[in-house]
Amino acid sequence: MSDPVLRLEGIVKTFPGVRALDGVSFSVMPGEVHALMGENGAGKSTLMKVLGGIHQPNEGHIFMGDEKAVMAGPLEAKAKGIVFIHQELSLAEELSVAENIYLGELPRKSFGRVDWSTLEENTNTILKKLNVGFDATTRVGDLSIANQQMVEIARALTVDAKAVIFDEPTASLTDAEKSVLFDVIADLKADGVGIIYISHRMEEIFKITDRISVLRDGQYQGTVNTRDSNEESVTQMMIGRKLDLSRNASHHELGDVALEVRGLSCGKLYSDISFEVRRGEVVGFYGLVGAGRTEIAETLFGLRDPSGGQILLNGEEVRISSPADAIARGISLVPEDRKGQGLVLGMNCRDNMTLPQVDDLKAGPFVAEGAEIAIFDQYRDRLDIRTPGWKQQVGNLSGGNQQKIVIGKWLSMHPNVLIVDEPTRGIDVGSKSEIHKLLRELAAQGYAVMVISSEMPEVLHVSDRTVAMYSGQIMRTFTSDEVTEDNLIQAISGIKSGQAA
Amino acid sequence: MATLTKQQIGSVLAKQGILIAFVVFIIAFTIANPRFLSPDNILSVVRSSAILGVMALGVTFVVISGNLDLSVGSMMSFSTIVVLDLHDKIGPAMAIPVMFAMTIALGALIGFLVGYLKLNSLIVTLGMLSAIHGLTLTYSGGQNMDIADKEGTWFSVFGQGTAMGIPVPILIFVALAALLGLVLSKTAFGRKVYAVGGNGTAATFSGIRRARTVFLCYIMSATCVATAGLIQASRSLGSQNTVGQGLELEVLAAVILGGASLLGGSGTIFKTVIGVLILGFIQNGLLLMGLQFYVQFIVTWVIIILAVWLDIAAKRGKLWSPIA
Amino acid sequence: MKPGTLSKSLKSGAIWGFIVLELIFFSIAGEFLSLSDKAFMDWENMLLLLKQSAPIGIIAMGMTIVMVNGNIDLSVGATFAIAAIVLLDSMTWPIFAGLGDWVIPVAWLLALAVGAMLGALNGFIVWKTGVDAFIVTLGSMLGYRGIVFMFNGEQPTSHLNWTLVDFAEAEFLGLATASWFLLGVTLVIWFVMAKTVHGRNAYAIGDNREAAVNAGIRVGPHMMINFAIIGFLAALSAVVFYSESGSVNPNDGQLYELWVITAVVLGGTKITGGAGSVIGTFGGVIAIQLLRKGLGHIGADTSTVNLVIGLILIAVLILDRQLNVKGKEELKV
Repeated sequence: MSDPVLRLEGIVKTFPGVRALDGVSFSVMPGEVHALMGENGAGKSTLMKVLGGIHQPNEGHIFMGDEKAVMAGPLEAKAKGIVFIHQELSLAEELSVAENIYLGELPRKSFGRVDWSTLEENTNTILKKLNVGFDATTRVGDLSIANQQMVEIARALTVDAKAVIFDEPTASLTDAEKSVLFDVIADLKADGVGIIYISHRMEEIFKITDRISVLRDGQYQGTVNTRDSNEESVTQMMIGRKLDLSRNASHHELGDVALEVRGLSCGKLYSDISFEVRRGEVVGFYGLVGAGRTEIAETLFGLRDPSGGQILLNGEEVRISSPADAIARGISLVPEDRKGQGLVLGMNCRDNMTLPQVDDLKAGPFVAEGAEIAIFDQYRDRLDIRTPGWKQQVGNLSGGNQQKIVIGKWLSMHPNVLIVDEPTRGIDVGSKSEIHKLLRELAAQGYAVMVISSEMPEVLHVSDRTVAMYSGQIMRTFTSDEVTEDNLIQAISGIKSGQAA
Repeated sequence: MATLTKQQIGSVLAKQGILIAFVVFIIAFTIANPRFLSPDNILSVVRSSAILGVMALGVTFVVISGNLDLSVGSMMSFSTIVVLDLHDKIGPAMAIPVMFAMTIALGALIGFLVGYLKLNSLIVTLGMLSAIHGLTLTYSGGQNMDIADKEGTWFSVFGQGTAMGIPVPILIFVALAALLGLVLSKTAFGRKVYAVGGNGTAATFSGIRRARTVFLCYIMSATCVATAGLIQASRSLGSQNTVGQGLELEVLAAVILGGASLLGGSGTIFKTVIGVLILGFIQNGLLLMGLQFYVQFIVTWVIIILAVWLDIAAKRGKLWSPIA
Repeated sequence: MKPGTLSKSLKSGAIWGFIVLELIFFSIAGEFLSLSDKAFMDWENMLLLLKQSAPIGIIAMGMTIVMVNGNIDLSVGATFAIAAIVLLDSMTWPIFAGLGDWVIPVAWLLALAVGAMLGALNGFIVWKTGVDAFIVTLGSMLGYRGIVFMFNGEQPTSHLNWTLVDFAEAEFLGLATASWFLLGVTLVIWFVMAKTVHGRNAYAIGDNREAAVNAGIRVGPHMMINFAIIGFLAALSAVVFYSESGSVNPNDGQLYELWVITAVVLGGTKITGGAGSVIGTFGGVIAIQLLRKGLGHIGADTSTVNLVIGLILIAVLILDRQLNVKGKEELKV
């Protein structure tokens, strides 16, 4: 067997107060597709930054072939043949495809001129290999997200790569585009390039990878052969213990219908959406990213104007034109992007928590800070938020505690309808199960809860009923007796019940 | 442990750096010239800083909300000219409220453009700088404005009067600073200003009407400008129509010196007052040391950059920028 | 048609459409309002317009690079004044006394070098401290102005060299010296931005700085070069202008940054960087000068020019926004 193209030995990276990587060692063989798995926050992205020369490890070494490699910066990593396909696109939209592919390495002529003909020629050669439907002079901003991803991949092919790292490359690709990507990976593999493939999608991992390495809380958990492994055992390596994800239908009586939606539509985003949520009920919304779930939540919260249909709260038709409107009518939304939409990171815990009701907490002309602190204390205790005190800046808390602040913020509004979008994205296992438990408790207390999630076990675990969405439409609504993983997957893939072969 | 202490020192320096610099300046100037800290001198510094200070209070709101206001200088010229003109036409008692209304209307226009139409505040207020300048010149017919009867008007009280031995401009500055300090730190509106500047999207997702908040910040700013114009007009009882030219930058310098981030979400009225005083005392201290006025320009330049640099250096934990 | 195509084509053509509108408007309005009998669209008048555009126009070309790069430079007016003083003052320095008229190129080089250095100093500070260019140049706008006053206090600095004046007032192929400089600078900067690696990198950095850093572009030195270029061009603008006028006041160049930025934004350069064109900026410069001249032609005074330019800047912003509104279902944040 040949030498590994890339070998990590005991990599340790610490940040003030955190040991982000704690002794990570594994190796990538030439022609191997090596999956790197772990929950969000497990240290994958830190490890990639160490590999890419953006961070320097405190301990441990990187070897390329036999040689110890020190990545002083992104350039050096690239020069050594390590190439990244980033999850977040790093393209300049105003420039052409060719200019993006050769960013930083535009071919020169005299007087510092760009050698356009060489540039286009080289680019078209690569694009032909990728079999894409655009050419070198297209402006990148005019391409679809998937095609922009292909530009990123094309960029990787310009270098004499020894190791290529794919970071969640399929997140925005269609099936057809995915198969092109997998062909590219197969080609690289055949050329003896080592590939690190980071993804959360088990299906892909088991389809294309040879070995799987797992990180948890910055620690290396081991490497297994994909062939000898299965989803369950990998999941267990990732989370360390089993999450309780048993089914959880309500045993209490359901109350009145709190929210009813009839034939709601919003341009091309979704159409003809009808469902209802009763008090004491958790309704889960499951579907692929882009199926229209978040957009429905945003419409209910007054952030988008529907193009048709009705929204009824407690049986009464309402028009919700702004979040302030929605809040006044007792709708709360825990948004999907915690840092971008949920929190003002530079503000303290208390101020974040009471932000939606700051107008109502009054002591004369001022905000009643005593009442605010009381609210904060109440929800800190109830949700077990770990923070040194209310003065702590929210940006300094862990993901799980941040999410609890957001949830506390909306619970303290005592909503009629609580909408929770991706409640456990990117938080640790412990907080995850606490939040699951909380959602069930809220239902038991008579709240009407809508949960949007992209994690099937989570939806199955917390929901009384599950709405399956595909491409802006509701395919089917399942009761907890009816739903199985199989029929749910079929529904969100656009296969209508009864049509399935 | 050693690194931790170093960090702690760093964070203290970053948080209180501007206060520390202020104290160092005062000590240095006092050693150089003992008269520097005499009550008379302090009073004269504060008085000459009052107009700038009053304007900086309003701009603080705008900056914390994540926007800029470069139009305050020409807006101040406008309100000064208007109130002087109206003084003789409709009498001071009417002139003052009418001038406030007109200035606030300009502020409302900017607030509408930046808040409700979501236009880039740098360009909008740059355009308004020019437009209001033109408006003022048109209004005044290109002439300087003077009050006919300079001796017999009570109008001079805002700029020249004293109460309890303290000049009225100082009283106005201090009272307004106290009032706006409370508004910013203690009221729901103030909280919303921080939220909108800190993360506008999250503020919207929390039901805060972002456009209205920004709009009100510009109203605040215009009100402060009108007050500054009133003091200016009352102090001189006659004025060139370019009296406020360039003040927008000094005001911004004071606010930045106070440590407000141009990205929004941080800063306080107290810090802005410190920023204003630093500018005022440096100007005064350098003059007392017998240095030419232009040295103050150069010193201000160095101080602004040092203040912002140290602030972001403390945040990123590195003195030098990491970009290659 | 792809979404945004309409807005884009409107935008790229908008400035020229606007210029045509101005020409038509002032020609017609001039018939009724103008005090002189001369037509507005007189050839002589247009040539004069080009010459008068030069001081702002030359700096605007530099501002285009800097703004495409994602930065801004507020200190150009002060740099302009310093360069002017260096130019006029250095011609009287005793050490150059023996040079005769050869003092002219020496003074020019000196002034241009000072401009480039002041620009580079801004760029160096932006690069090394990571402080936003807006703040850095806001500071140096004050600081550089302080340096201006160091020379002669509040007194003007004057020196007339008749050889120099002759050169500045010369015409070649019907165009004044200043016009040639403006056209030359426009051509060179266009070449840099459209054809060279440096120019393309400027777009990349302004569009997505992190991507540029990751791609190995040395962003810091790159930005410093651009600041040096705008400093150089501010000095060149001063050199061209003061060769003719021969006297500089310490307050000269004030508010130039405003005019220059207005021209660049009118020309379609994105305030946040990454997009913009030199040709568009040239259009913006012409449009502003046309407006000044046109308003003068119909008897309006300078105050109206300020008012109108401010309002047009805002109107362009509103128009741009209206063209980019996507649809009703858009997220309202």
